[in-house]
Amino acid sequence: MSRILELSASELVSKIRTQEITAEEYVNKCYERIKEVEDRIHAFITLTENIALEKAQEIDSRIRRNEKVGTLSGIAVAIKDNICINDVRTTCASKMLENFIPPYDATVIQRLKSQDAILIGKTNMDEFAMGTSTEHSQFGPTHNPHDLDRVPGGSSGGSAASVAALETTISLGSDTGGSVRCPASFCGIVGMKPTYGLISRYGLIAYANSLEQISPIARNVADLALLTECIAGQDNKDSTSIDSGTQNLKNCLVDDVSGVKIGVPEELFGIGTDEVVSKAVWEAISKLEGLGATFSKIKLESLEYALASYYIIAMSEASSNLARYDGLRYGLRLDDENYDWSTAYSRNRDVGFGAEVKRRIMLGTFALSAGYYNEYYLKAQRVRTLIRQELSKAFKDFDLIIGPTMPILPFRLGEKLLDPLEMYMCDVDTVIANLAGIPAISVPCSSSQGLPIGVQMMAPALREDVLIKVAFSLEQHLKPDLELKV
Amino acid sequence: MVETTELKVKIGLEVHCQLTNLKSKLFCSCSSDYRQSPPNTHVCPVCMGTPGSLPVLNRKAVEDAILIALALNMQISNKTIFYRKNYFYPDMPKNFQISQYDRAGGIPIAKNGSKKLEVEKIVHISRLQIEEDPGKISYEGTIETSKSAFVDYNRAGIALVEIVTEPDINSPKEARIFLQKIRSIMEHLGVSSGELEGSMRCDANISIQGGTRVEVKNISSFKEVERALNFEITRQKNLLRTGHRIGQETRHWDEARRVTISLRVKEEEEDYRYFPEADLVPLSISEEEIERQKNSMPELPEGHMQRLMTQYDISRQNAMTLIDNKALAEFFEESAVNYSHPDLLGNWIVGDLLSYLYEMDIELKDAKLMPRDLVKMLELIDDGTISGKIGKELLKEMLISGKSPDEIINQKEMRRISDSEYLNQLTEEIFSSNPQAVKDAIKDPKAVRFLIGQLMKKTGGKADPQLANNLVNEKLKTSKT
Repeated sequence: MSRILELSASELVSKIRTQEITAEEYVNKCYERIKEVEDRIHAFITLTENIALEKAQEIDSRIRRNEKVGTLSGIAVAIKDNICINDVRTTCASKMLENFIPPYDATVIQRLKSQDAILIGKTNMDEFAMGTSTEHSQFGPTHNPHDLDRVPGGSSGGSAASVAALETTISLGSDTGGSVRCPASFCGIVGMKPTYGLISRYGLIAYANSLEQISPIARNVADLALLTECIAGQDNKDSTSIDSGTQNLKNCLVDDVSGVKIGVPEELFGIGTDEVVSKAVWEAISKLEGLGATFSKIKLESLEYALASYYIIAMSEASSNLARYDGLRYGLRLDDENYDWSTAYSRNRDVGFGAEVKRRIMLGTFALSAGYYNEYYLKAQRVRTLIRQELSKAFKDFDLIIGPTMPILPFRLGEKLLDPLEMYMCDVDTVIANLAGIPAISVPCSSSQGLPIGVQMMAPALREDVLIKVAFSLEQHLKPDLELKV
Repeated sequence: MVETTELKVKIGLEVHCQLTNLKSKLFCSCSSDYRQSPPNTHVCPVCMGTPGSLPVLNRKAVEDAILIALALNMQISNKTIFYRKNYFYPDMPKNFQISQYDRAGGIPIAKNGSKKLEVEKIVHISRLQIEEDPGKISYEGTIETSKSAFVDYNRAGIALVEIVTEPDINSPKEARIFLQKIRSIMEHLGVSSGELEGSMRCDANISIQGGTRVEVKNISSFKEVERALNFEITRQKNLLRTGHRIGQETRHWDEARRVTISLRVKEEEEDYRYFPEADLVPLSISEEEIERQKNSMPELPEGHMQRLMTQYDISRQNAMTLIDNKALAEFFEESAVNYSHPDLLGNWIVGDLLSYLYEMDIELKDAKLMPRDLVKMLELIDDGTISGKIGKELLKEMLISGKSPDEIINQKEMRRISDSEYLNQLTEEIFSSNPQAVKDAIKDPKAVRFLIGQLMKKTGGKADPQLANNLVNEKLKTSKT
């Protein structure tokens, strides 16, 4: 394996710009690595080698001609397969969209292209982003690069595993209830769900549109900051995108946490939290304290209902968002000669969707039905409001809230597959940020028997700068003992 | 046995008006001028519901809706929310419609308005909402015989407002009058043109005393509404008369066969699972914005009517009929500028012109008639070149051919005959071939009319009536002696 692949994005950009290495050389190395490990990792659904190499050559020639290049010039970015790239198959890891080729670029893709990033391939995920392990992909699971028998987390398992396994330098996932932070934690890398609205959702194929954000993944905090800055910003194609003002994240890359006030809710260390995880997170908190931060234990009682609230809202939205997959306009279409439209729709949906997707569509349909709406959907929304209120109250006293990203260590493939509820329980600490629309980051803080453990930090809306700053410090002082198995 | 003739009828309407003045669709930039285009050419990822696409609200549609709400005396919400109405149907690209709702936490753009039909009659309007039109399904031949259905998404995403009334309407005629008033308001506001095919449609809820509410969908034009309601009321009354119950159901108006057909009964009613559309942010409407729209409010039908009455001195009835169709009122005013007897002009437009248009089943804009030609025709009557009766024929001919009155008169020799020598000659012929009638006429002055009528007939109605009268009477005098 080439040393080049271990370099950070900013190091690579400067080497490519100074022609110390060429973008083409680097991209070729990425594909060599991909070919070397993919049979064991399976992080990708589609590789875009021709497009990537063509772009790399173009960037190289522009550099040779002394022309201006973008802030991500030549950097390989893997894209979760629910983000549309014009003319590139986008499947959502579903048979339903197995042959779907979007006629347009997502806004984040336009921004990456304009900054001369290299789109290296589309990554594996739980079907329509519904899952915590990437085992619900209809194209087979992804494996954790630190233990091939274990899951990489999900749903952005391919985006996280590809970065961890050095197949790419950075990647984009999407985070609806922890789908970027979970695999970042399980794969020992950094993932951040930004404030709802910071990054345009235009071109992100919806699972639960009031909760999800396209989210950056990287091996280090500096790269994460770089990627976030490239894709953030208001977009007139997404009415929910917001003007973030001038958050300069690169300026936050300083090792200084003095005076940072941290709240530690005991609910984040509740029943089901693995002791090694609790211990590792508390060590990280102590480390921050040692560096000049202060912390207090707090209570956030509404968090008890966060998971139930999250799943009801997410499934309700999913039941509506996924209604369009009927086979008529795109995606899977079985022979429908002699069937009426309703039967044809049912056949397409029966064959096209996997079991977990069907389960969530059915539960969501139920939760929105007349007679149940008040008891489920509306109640879940009330809980959501309570959580928002309780958190914004807490943020009057604290800059950050800290806890584990995942309550447990990466589990074995198949271990939770037959018990959906146990799988849902894994999201207990991450869904909070999505319900509240606030930013949250997962940073590697320790390991146990070679398996990564991540610490999660949440900040008030649009305070990604605080997250980046504290994450950067943690990264300087905690070096988890991790080793790639590929 | 129930006595059905006296049973009270209650009708509530859901009127859908496309905002046809908008350049683009409600949530994307596709052109809304789709009517002449080949199928599926006015579409984009947003209105096709392509995965990953997001709606962005056309703010102009909100301005239009505010104007409509003001014209219908409604309370405008300071914050309004879009909801998803979920149901599967091939004309729905996303299998949900972005609409508004007044329950489950929803807030439509406006509530609680009213429209006066006559002095004593008020129809209350419960809500106004903004929503997107679905696509259009068509068949080869009829729905029963067609092998496949064809979907055209050009209409999908076109901006609509839905006006929902209370069940205050008591007859099919009132329903038609209400819809005419709505159309007139839309046209005066300049937000929707009722002339465009399918731009105004409605569903009706009908209940007859002793029965249950039945919804009739797919009434595709205002002309159809009276027909559909009459059919449905007769159907329900017959059921009641023969001792049947009327259950809650949804029926479909089959325009071709002019019958309503059951779509689904109460037990099969759709559950639309309304819930908030999170891709659109709640919309705030400020007092300033409402004030701004108030100030930009154009002349409304009521004001327009009053002005026509005072400015042109025409009857209330004529003014009312004119403003029901803004194009007709405008045509009147354009003509009145160049004509000295607007009352007469009003009679011609409201009377003959309107009934010809109705007979020919066309809109004024489709008729080839210019205001100056109508005025010219009236002047020809005034100066005696043609008779009023010929004028009627001439007007019809003008509507069909679009030619000027002079051209038609010359071509068809419609000019009035005032040549007394020629007419005298004809009178003599008539007298000699109708001796009995001449005898009768000498005894009974009323019988003179027959002879005059014969003269008019011989000249194709072109004889100067006064002259014909004189000639026949003079001839009678000489015949007596």
